[in-house]
Amino acid sequence: MRHIIAVLLENESGALARVVGLFAQRGYNIDSLTVAATEDPTLSRLTLVTRGDDQVIEQITKQLHKLIEVVKLVDLSESAHIERELMMVKVKASGDQREEVKRCADIFRGQIIDVSPTTYTIQVVGTSEKLEAFIEAMSNTQILEVVRTGVSGISRGEKALAL
Amino acid sequence: MSQQNQPEMLSGGAMLVRALHDEGVEYVYGYPGGAVLHIYDALFQQNDVKHVLVRHEQAATHMADAYARASGKAGVVLVTSGPGATNAVTGIATAYMDSIPMVVICGQVMSHLIGDDAFQETDMMGISRPIVKHNMSVRNPADIPMMVKKAFYIAQSGRPGPVVLDIPKDMTIPSQKFPYEYPKEIKLRSYNPNAKGHPGQIKKALQTLLAAKKPVLYSGGGVILGRASEELTELARKLNLPVTNTLMGLGAYPASDAQFIGMLGMHGSYEANQAMHNADVIFAVGARFDDRVTNATKKFCPNATIIHIDIDPASISKTINAQVPIVGLVKPVLQEMLSQLDKLDGKLDQAALQQWWDQINQWREVHGGRYEQRADLLKPQAVIEAVHRHTQGDAYVTSDVGQHQMFAAQYYKFDKPNRWINSGGLGTMGFGLPAAMGVKLHYPDAEVVCVTGEGSIQMNIQELSTCKQYGLGVKIINLNNGYLGMVKQWQDMNYDSRYSSSYMDSLPDFVKLAEAYGHVGIRVTRPEELEPALERAFALKDRLVFLDIHIDPKEHVYPMQVPGGAMNEMFLSKTERT
Repeated sequence: MRHIIAVLLENESGALARVVGLFAQRGYNIDSLTVAATEDPTLSRLTLVTRGDDQVIEQITKQLHKLIEVVKLVDLSESAHIERELMMVKVKASGDQREEVKRCADIFRGQIIDVSPTTYTIQVVGTSEKLEAFIEAMSNTQILEVVRTGVSGISRGEKALAL
Repeated sequence: MSQQNQPEMLSGGAMLVRALHDEGVEYVYGYPGGAVLHIYDALFQQNDVKHVLVRHEQAATHMADAYARASGKAGVVLVTSGPGATNAVTGIATAYMDSIPMVVICGQVMSHLIGDDAFQETDMMGISRPIVKHNMSVRNPADIPMMVKKAFYIAQSGRPGPVVLDIPKDMTIPSQKFPYEYPKEIKLRSYNPNAKGHPGQIKKALQTLLAAKKPVLYSGGGVILGRASEELTELARKLNLPVTNTLMGLGAYPASDAQFIGMLGMHGSYEANQAMHNADVIFAVGARFDDRVTNATKKFCPNATIIHIDIDPASISKTINAQVPIVGLVKPVLQEMLSQLDKLDGKLDQAALQQWWDQINQWREVHGGRYEQRADLLKPQAVIEAVHRHTQGDAYVTSDVGQHQMFAAQYYKFDKPNRWINSGGLGTMGFGLPAAMGVKLHYPDAEVVCVTGEGSIQMNIQELSTCKQYGLGVKIINLNNGYLGMVKQWQDMNYDSRYSSSYMDSLPDFVKLAEAYGHVGIRVTRPEELEPALERAFALKDRLVFLDIHIDPKEHVYPMQVPGGAMNEMFLSKTERT
């Protein structure tokens, strides 16, 4: 099953390498991983999407906890949460196609963030599923480039991953 | 403020050495080189922390490791950058796999050269990351005291392990001085290793044990590391539990006691493996259900409820699911169990336990540690039994890896914890001699025996020179069969005796070799020569004696679990299996 694990870790050099190394060393999957500083400059927040049965996910969270620099973590998929991913897609758009691409972007609440005579660059934000659906919807268009940030996630309601 | 209250000004190198002293470190094992010359100069200028010069960095790590295994305190290693650091890697991994506290100080090239492929540069942070509990690189010399404190704290607390401290050369420049103060304690918000165990879970564990009809106590290295063998023994006696120890846990429960049923696992005793397989409750204490213990996990102990105490939550339900998990340090958890037990109403089912013991005693009869006796050939098992006699069972015994290791584990009956020192997890050949040295240095009056083979001993034979320099009178029992015995055994059993590279041609004359290093060498080729040779060796109190003992080259280690089988599926000899 797909899990989104959010990790607060000490904002120290090498901390990220330790997390990535753990996944490589123990043969765990990473679908996506994203990391950045938080409002507290001593902490980074990392969100990773992984897959595995319950036993594997339990091992992953335990092994992450063992890393000295990991302060706190939560498996967001265990309760109500919001996930978002940002994608930018550069597509060929000329002639009749320009209007169709724009309509499709509108349907997905995407924004055209860059324009050239022959291309559009569209930004789409949403769940990974929505982003995939958008790529699917663009199947008649020539996609030149896709870049995705990977998933970020946060719990719904008052629950917070903080110190 | 008066002048006296001002902190002393020290260089990074001097701070490092002072911090080691303040941490109570007596010996550092290492090898100098360019990146650590400032530190070596600081060592030279004081007398509190003594340095032991090995002949290869791997030996330094094993010395530190064995000291930690015997004493419970972290051993300290000092090596230079590049090859010094990479030579230490095997020893760090050895310590990591067996959860041994160790602090490894590695030199590094100057900060401004890092990343330039400078002379003797290697990314030790990257290389060591998967085999350490933690590693840190010094960025500011003023941080050195705090980082040393942190290194020891992390290495020695919780589930112990090695910590690498990477120190670029410019962090230790003698002319750059900083105020020195050694922190009394350190707290990390992300690391809180002390756990006492959940009282409710502990009660549940006791109730499960009281209701058990066929219980087994299976204890591992965690009991040795956690210094909990007294509590373990008391609890086992109160609950009338059959006790089996893992390879790493030998000595936690006295082997000469009637409740001890031997080691378990791949080369465990027949009765221990049978008891495990047929148990209704398995009480695992500081053990990790290693693959050398469980055999095929799908067939593992089909009827057992599993209680598992471990300080590392990741060890619980990793390979075998535990119904009653208890996360905590073994010692306080066992203490809590003992105190709760006195207050609980439940009674042991003595009738069922008696039946269980009858069954176990029957199993004992089947194999009971027997081996073929020969008048014309020296049996390795007999050698170990003789060594046990000559040392009154009270020696520190280190070993390398292979058949000799298993014979030592099976036939040297350990009655005390911290006496059996071997590389269980990583299985590092070359461990035995430096390990014996590390123990002998700290316990000069103790008898320290290295049980080894002609393959393993040659992996760190150069340390005979270090032994001479520091007067380390260890006794080396070289069980020489001319083969890499365990490899040969597998080739006998699985490859129709095709001895692919397992035969040791052109062995050195070990007696002359020992003598060349300034030690005593004795060769034993006939059974009747063994007793006088051991007599002589152990009478030479302060000398290193190398006993080159030529044993039956055809011997195998039994029992041996059938690969892919249940715990109780075993070969009992070359011709018998369960």
